[in-house]
Amino acid sequence: MKTSYGVFFAVLAALGASWAGFVLGPLIQLGAAQQTTVLNSTDVYPIQRPGLAAMGAQVYRSYGCAACHTRQVQQTGISFEVVLTSPGKDPVTVSNLLSTLKLTALTKEAADTAAKTLTDAGGKTETHLSATGADISRGWGSRHSVAADYLYDVPVELGTLRAGPDLANIGQRNPDANWQLVHLYAPKAVVKDSAMPSFKFLFQVRPVGAAPSPDALKLPAGFEAPAGMEVVPTAEGAELAAYLLSLHADAPLYEAPYTPATAKP
Amino acid sequence: MNPNATQPCGCSARDGKADASLQVPLLALFGGAALWLVAGLALGLIAGIKFHAPDFLGACPLLTYGRVVAAANNLVLYGFAIPAALGVMLWVLTRSSRMPLVLPLVPVAAANIWHLGVLVGVAGIFLGGSTGYPWLEFSRAAAVLQFTAFLLIAVSAAATLGWRREQELFPAHWFIYAALVWFAWTYSSANLFLNGVFPPRGVVQNIIDWWFTNNLLFVWLGLAGLGIGFYLLPRLGGRPLTCSGLTLFGFLGLIFFGTWCGIPIGAPVPAWLPVVSIVAALLTVPAIIALGLVSLRTALGAQAKCLGGPLCFTRFGLLMFFVSSLLYLLNFCPKVGPIVQFTWFGFGLTQLQLLGFFAMIVFGGIYEALPEVMGRPLPFAGLVRVHFFANMIGVLLFTVPLLIGGVAQGLKLLDATAPFADSTQTALKFLRISSLGQLFILVGAGLFALNLFVMTLQWKLALVKSLIAAAKAPLPDAEVKA
Repeated sequence: MKTSYGVFFAVLAALGASWAGFVLGPLIQLGAAQQTTVLNSTDVYPIQRPGLAAMGAQVYRSYGCAACHTRQVQQTGISFEVVLTSPGKDPVTVSNLLSTLKLTALTKEAADTAAKTLTDAGGKTETHLSATGADISRGWGSRHSVAADYLYDVPVELGTLRAGPDLANIGQRNPDANWQLVHLYAPKAVVKDSAMPSFKFLFQVRPVGAAPSPDALKLPAGFEAPAGMEVVPTAEGAELAAYLLSLHADAPLYEAPYTPATAKP
Repeated sequence: MNPNATQPCGCSARDGKADASLQVPLLALFGGAALWLVAGLALGLIAGIKFHAPDFLGACPLLTYGRVVAAANNLVLYGFAIPAALGVMLWVLTRSSRMPLVLPLVPVAAANIWHLGVLVGVAGIFLGGSTGYPWLEFSRAAAVLQFTAFLLIAVSAAATLGWRREQELFPAHWFIYAALVWFAWTYSSANLFLNGVFPPRGVVQNIIDWWFTNNLLFVWLGLAGLGIGFYLLPRLGGRPLTCSGLTLFGFLGLIFFGTWCGIPIGAPVPAWLPVVSIVAALLTVPAIIALGLVSLRTALGAQAKCLGGPLCFTRFGLLMFFVSSLLYLLNFCPKVGPIVQFTWFGFGLTQLQLLGFFAMIVFGGIYEALPEVMGRPLPFAGLVRVHFFANMIGVLLFTVPLLIGGVAQGLKLLDATAPFADSTQTALKFLRISSLGQLFILVGAGLFALNLFVMTLQWKLALVKSLIAAAKAPLPDAEVKA
């Protein structure tokens, strides 16, 4: 290339193509995405976060929590499990079959075969689907995260580093507001080998007034406030805890199916 | 090392007019950059210490880990790497065009606007105004200032290139020219969508951010760094760049395929996006190998010896371009990506790209350009060598443990039977070594800043002296008679 025109047009073509592919394309495909329906249900998903949690998302952004925490669950595959719901008219045959058949951690084909064997013997079965992977085994979620989980978030903070655990479902894993607040105030009080710094500035240590505040933290032994004092979250602290409690992204969806535990008999 | 040697790269002999036009723009760009570099590295060290002692400076809400690390990254990239590289590019363009800088006052204004933008952006991060998108944390006001400044510098650079006296375009030109268009397009586009009034829905935000980050940290750093490196290497080594065809192949591969990398495997986005990145990363590998071969053959044929001067900086930088680019592409290998995602690997790799490859070449360019343009030697020329070794050792100590530790951490993360705390503990051992590396880099940067500030001071003193001398000088006869 001896002239600047050649370079200019090559650059224009190269960058233009990737812009069309990675900026324009996703905008067309997902830019107008709407709520979807939860699998086998009429519930819509996701729902907007309530006001306090929405404000807490901005606290999460402002202090840079995403520098250490991801908010995305990964999955490596799926597995099937055949569950007998009724032994039918011939319980002996079915129960004999049960002891010989492998019923968990199956592929789709193996699950179908096992289910057919049991149904042929008169039993009634259900086939349950579950996601597999290290994140799922750790209990960080029931399925991998998908685009629909982040529909209403601005900014969407997926995170790049797991210096701390994934938070995609922290609100479901620990639905106790006091636990979340105590963890922010003194992480080691609830997680012994936590590497998280304490966020004491989100709390106010103040003398107990005429009556103790209903918002005061219930701190475990060894971490109590000094005598006559109580620990109360500031506005930001309460918002952040509300946001963490609102993190709950495991509705079964068409693109991320699984059988919820409650459906099991 | 003779600048008047035969011109293997279009580099012209010294030119007084061109030097004068470059003095103020370069001092303005480099001075601010050196200051931000020292500040950014110091903040990076503080962020590192927070991992050894989580509650270090923990009482201060301004200095949470998330804020400090974002400020440190942005200061090194936007505060130092980009303005310093733009200064060196202006110098390369004036030299290779055999022209004085066109519109020399414009880059001076632009340098000040740019550094003001960095100040606004970093203050915003500390006060909680970060946008929350990696590498686009600066607020809207800061982004507008930076984009304006970049356009002004690009106008001056493009005009210098357009009115060049030397007609032939050299490989260094392709890269620099492409870098100018690349940044303007990606930075404006990403900020319009993510930092504008109506951000797109859901994960489209992340896709645009990944596109931008890949095009800035991989493609742009590659284009700008190689543009400067492919000018410096022939000039310092006294031997032209070998294999123009191979260079062209590498250039086209980098811009046509490199630009499609960046969407992580397993991201919660439609599946075609990460697949495109996997294929693109595979197609970019030959381009990186070609560019590495060109650098290697040119460096081997150099007549000059590497004694800790600009040539050493350039060579080490080019080597690290090769290494860091291949490691980066490895992220998109389906066997490797899932192990190293969410670990210190990615952080270490970015630091290798920024400080090992890019900053090294830019330092080389500055140490070569400044004495020539200012017409005086560096005040502490011996410190250049110390800086080289401090930075080289520092970069290796900083990044290699993070890369290895990242893999170890990733393997623990994928092992569901190991408790989560194990992965953190594994990484912590490696983090301790890397903080030592950060200290080395910081000391080196301090020496760099010292040279730069003393030189600026000397230049200002000389300017004042010449003004006083002019004022005291007897008036010419013609004016006395009038």
